[in-house]
Amino acid sequence: MTTSTPLAVRADGPAALRRLLTSPAAGPLAALVLASVFFSTATDQFLSGGNFSLILQQVMVVGILAIGQTLIILTAGIDLSCGAVMAFGGILIAKLAVSGPLPPLLAIALGILACAGFGLLNGVLVRVVPLPPFIVTLGMLNVAFALTHIYSEEQTVTDLPGPLTVLGRTFPLGRTDVTYGSLVTIALFLGFAYALSSTAWGRHLYALGNSAESARLSGIRVSRLTVGVYTIAGLVYGIAALLLVSRTGVGDPQAGQTDNLDSITAVVLGGTSLFGGRGTVLGTLVGVLIVGVFRNGLQLMGVSSVYQTLVTGVLVILAVTVDQLSRKGNR
Amino acid sequence: MFRRAQPALAIGAVGLALSLAACGSGSGTGSAGGSSSGGKVKVGLITKTDTNPYFVKMKQGAEQAATSANAELSTAAGKFDGDNAGQITALENMVASGVKGVLITPNDSKAIVPAIAKARAKGVLVIALDTPPEPQSSVDALFATDNVKAGELIGAYAKAAMGGKPVKIATMDLAPGVSVGVQRHDGFVKGFGIDAADPSIVCSQDTGGDQAKGQTAMETCLQKAPDINLVYAINEPAALGAYTAVKAKGRENDVMIVAIDGGCTGVRAVKDGKIAATSQQYPLKMAADGVKAIAEYAKTGKKAAGYTDTGVQLITDEPQSGAESEDTGFGLENCWG
Repeated sequence: MTTSTPLAVRADGPAALRRLLTSPAAGPLAALVLASVFFSTATDQFLSGGNFSLILQQVMVVGILAIGQTLIILTAGIDLSCGAVMAFGGILIAKLAVSGPLPPLLAIALGILACAGFGLLNGVLVRVVPLPPFIVTLGMLNVAFALTHIYSEEQTVTDLPGPLTVLGRTFPLGRTDVTYGSLVTIALFLGFAYALSSTAWGRHLYALGNSAESARLSGIRVSRLTVGVYTIAGLVYGIAALLLVSRTGVGDPQAGQTDNLDSITAVVLGGTSLFGGRGTVLGTLVGVLIVGVFRNGLQLMGVSSVYQTLVTGVLVILAVTVDQLSRKGNR
Repeated sequence: MFRRAQPALAIGAVGLALSLAACGSGSGTGSAGGSSSGGKVKVGLITKTDTNPYFVKMKQGAEQAATSANAELSTAAGKFDGDNAGQITALENMVASGVKGVLITPNDSKAIVPAIAKARAKGVLVIALDTPPEPQSSVDALFATDNVKAGELIGAYAKAAMGGKPVKIATMDLAPGVSVGVQRHDGFVKGFGIDAADPSIVCSQDTGGDQAKGQTAMETCLQKAPDINLVYAINEPAALGAYTAVKAKGRENDVMIVAIDGGCTGVRAVKDGKIAATSQQYPLKMAADGVKAIAEYAKTGKKAAGYTDTGVQLITDEPQSGAESEDTGFGLENCWG
């Protein structure tokens, strides 16, 4: 039913290699490696554990959003509200903990649950009403944005209690400092990669993305699956919200304004098709790292940030071109 | 068959992207390639956005000063006004690239503070340009316009120009809670010699410093109070928006508009008589002085400290006694944008 093979970790030897080469993530991975090699030779500072750790810290928030975005795009949907939902979650966590004042862990839990609530609402509107995902999430983008600004009274929340910033702190790994948040990010990527490639839920998701009607006819409970995917995505945005708060050390009502597009960029760069049913979450990790590596590398070279935007734009168009050509080839 | 071609296409993509990047490092920056910087002092500049002419001028000032101080300048910006995360990322990357000092125009005065503290802990001199962080002591130094004074200058000018006539004032403000906007507004009120709650202020609207929003705001104000005869605007785009609204009512000759900023478009509007006067500020000087301070720090270890007023000048072609001013000729020579 699926035309692609998800990047599976369990396959052995040459089979695994072949799978990697034919996976939609193969091109992006080659791009990432090439860019890294280039920046390693172009600058003295790129090739170091500390710098890699820094890149990981910088991409983790958009990276986690992009996990939720990948799930939704795999169902042939789209989520424009992810950055705004995350910003709301972040402000909620920060403000409940600081001026609530609630115990930090409770504030965190409520913030993440609120994001899941937005996801649930998105899912219900998309599947049960039903409405186009683009419109639903565009509306939700505005709702979440407005609620963030109303609730925060346009004020940045500072002086966060310790537990809210734990994930932004570092621990030494060899000679490099790594943040706890980076570990959470990697764990989430591996967890969802496994769920997509090796569980019935994952197979159902690909089936749904390829054709909702045939998925329904083959006995998949499409409504429950769709609403579930949006809700899980919301939950994941909540985790991104916590990481955002931890990393910046503040609750920022302006956060995440371009993160919806940045997450879609990462998904597309990672080889996932915007038409659903084809792609992997590890590809998305590669996609988000491509953006992070270019931004970091160009900055180390002293190149103005507009060139990073230019490069990202070119890469996105090429990635979609590759997707389209490969679809034609498969027919 | 096309699937096999994917890696090849991707490699082509990266090649193209990298050659674009290589072009980038050749233009707009001091030297090509970080590894060949050879002993040059590295200086970073992080502005609010890439697109606002004000920050383009700031970048120009930094580039000129970097060339004459034999420093290597690297620049970055937030994606939109208010983008804190983007500025943090740029700051981290600059520190990783080994800059001696960073000039930053904070998008969020409070939210940037932890990231600045991390950079300073690594020995990087951090100077805020244009907008102070909160608290101001979180940076080594601040090079900026005195925004209260900028407001006072046009307030005093308007007072003199109105010559004791009864006034109905509309204020085209920035946005809630943004210090620049609050300071300019308060300065104007003070310069005009009234207090903030004076009944002559009949309408106050937020414009975000945007021309279209300024127009909408003024249309609303004229709806509310048709006899408005004095408009204070946070900047010239807001002032020009207000002018469009005033003109649509055929009242451009009996409503006076005063503004702050001194951008080239703004000064030309003063010359054309659309705006009566503006307070001009000097972003080029802020950045140039900032780069010099970092070069000095690299050479002698002496850190710039405290607040440096980079100056503000009243620009008008209809001078009033008691309000010292320069004409638009001077304004156009020193404008930005």
